[in-house]
Amino acid sequence: MSNILQLSEKHSLSVERLTMAFPHDGRLLLALQGVTLEVEQGELVCIVGASGSGKSTLLNILAGLDEPSAGRAHVHGRVALMFQEAALLPWLTAAGNVELALELRGVRRPQRVDLARELLHRVHLDGFEKRLPHELSGGMKQRVALARALAQDADVLLMDEPFGALDAITRDRLHEELERIWTDTGLTILFVTHNAREAVRLGDRVLVFTSRPGRVGHEVKVDLPRPRSLDSPELAVIAGRITDRLKHEMSGRHDGN
Amino acid sequence: MATELAAGLAARDAVETTVRPPGRMPLASAWSWLWPKLAALVVVLAVWQAVVWTGWKPDYVLPGPGPVFLRLAQDVGNANFDLGVAITLRRALIGYAIAVAIGTAAGILVARIAVLRKAIGSAILGLQSMPSIAWFPLAILLFGLNETAIFFVVILGAAPAIAGGLLSGVDHVQPLLIRVGRVMGARGLGLYRHIILPAALPSFVGGLKQGWAFAWRSLMAGEIIGIVGHQLSLGQQIQFARDFADAEQLLAIIVVIFVIGVVIDSLFGTLDRAIRRRWGLLGADA
Repeated sequence: MSNILQLSEKHSLSVERLTMAFPHDGRLLLALQGVTLEVEQGELVCIVGASGSGKSTLLNILAGLDEPSAGRAHVHGRVALMFQEAALLPWLTAAGNVELALELRGVRRPQRVDLARELLHRVHLDGFEKRLPHELSGGMKQRVALARALAQDADVLLMDEPFGALDAITRDRLHEELERIWTDTGLTILFVTHNAREAVRLGDRVLVFTSRPGRVGHEVKVDLPRPRSLDSPELAVIAGRITDRLKHEMSGRHDGN
Repeated sequence: MATELAAGLAARDAVETTVRPPGRMPLASAWSWLWPKLAALVVVLAVWQAVVWTGWKPDYVLPGPGPVFLRLAQDVGNANFDLGVAITLRRALIGYAIAVAIGTAAGILVARIAVLRKAIGSAILGLQSMPSIAWFPLAILLFGLNETAIFFVVILGAAPAIAGGLLSGVDHVQPLLIRVGRVMGARGLGLYRHIILPAALPSFVGGLKQGWAFAWRSLMAGEIIGIVGHQLSLGQQIQFARDFADAEQLLAIIVVIFVIGVVIDSLFGTLDRAIRRRWGLLGADA
């Protein structure tokens, strides 16, 4: 018991032998089995895995949205979660969406407007405060979602394939932006993706998930200097190795399906 | 570095930003809204006049649009007639306001409390399809021939539709939005206030609109069947017109009832469009 407490002092996030099962067609389907991982404070860790490897399930548990079947997940401090879709509230403006997060955090009304503007400035959305979500492009929506997540003033930011639906150039920009914000704020970030290059572009470490049931199959430490370029050969080599692992993993499981 | 990045993003935004279509001239758009309705009106009046000209029924049973609108013009200046309109509108507004309060409260309670949902969720749906005039004999027994009986019927007609609209709105909130609310720390009533109720608004407005239609119908039925006191409500005047075989007056009142219904319905339509525009659910040319 004391051992675990010590861990949570040092680590921003720790997951121990986490298992999650869903009832499906009268059987129990294992989404996660015995997942153990730790993320240090201020670290940016990427999880890469095929779809169906329970990555989202893990983030939902960490965000407190779902209860695990067994094991424990511990997040030190406040946690924010960014979804694959921006999931902005369609009746609120860009600023309104950010202000709601501030309001729910307990920020008083007079400060909310200024803070929201500052947060939108941070994701380079100056002048778009009054826009409604449907008046924004996909990339801009995700930036509002990022500003909203930052508005929660969380210690840990969980990101569930947040840039998966964006075009390559927009995604590139958002990688730079996220990296800059991460450097400025010292946030701890757990970033889920199915794209090995994206994982290597962003992560201090990359955890490769196995599928059905999901667990950490492999860990890659990325020692490349920042900022990294998605097109650099060094990055491609590491990403290639991860992709091979994923392919191997998927073909190994293929008959099981 | 940072400014360079910002400039790059700004340039990108300029490309990405959805371009709003230039607003049409207000006059032109008003005309494009108006002319189909005017055309429909002309067709209806022409068919009506044509039927009268065939001599299918004598003039005193089915008068043409000319005499009816002439009569209507006289009526509008008549103090008794105006009083009748005022009495009916007052009843409609009071009955509807109470129905909104009851329907909304019931909708929220049933949505929030699982046992209540199981107990009366489907009953609310059943009540919606119940012709509220069927309650009127009971209402007369309970309250006597007075305004309370009319309000009872109006509320029973409108409240279930309003509660049903709210309930279906709450049921159809995107689960993702609820998760977003929970991640931001909204719980219980806060989740309702900030996420669920605003998300249910379009469906709620639909329920309000349907509730108004039911209230207006129930009120007319109630006023025609139950002559209350000596007040000259619209329904009562229509009944008197029939008793005196005054077809011109009867049709003139029908026109008034129709126009009130259309005007109020269009108010709900405007509200509905405003919401859909805000949510980005309108087509570019709608």
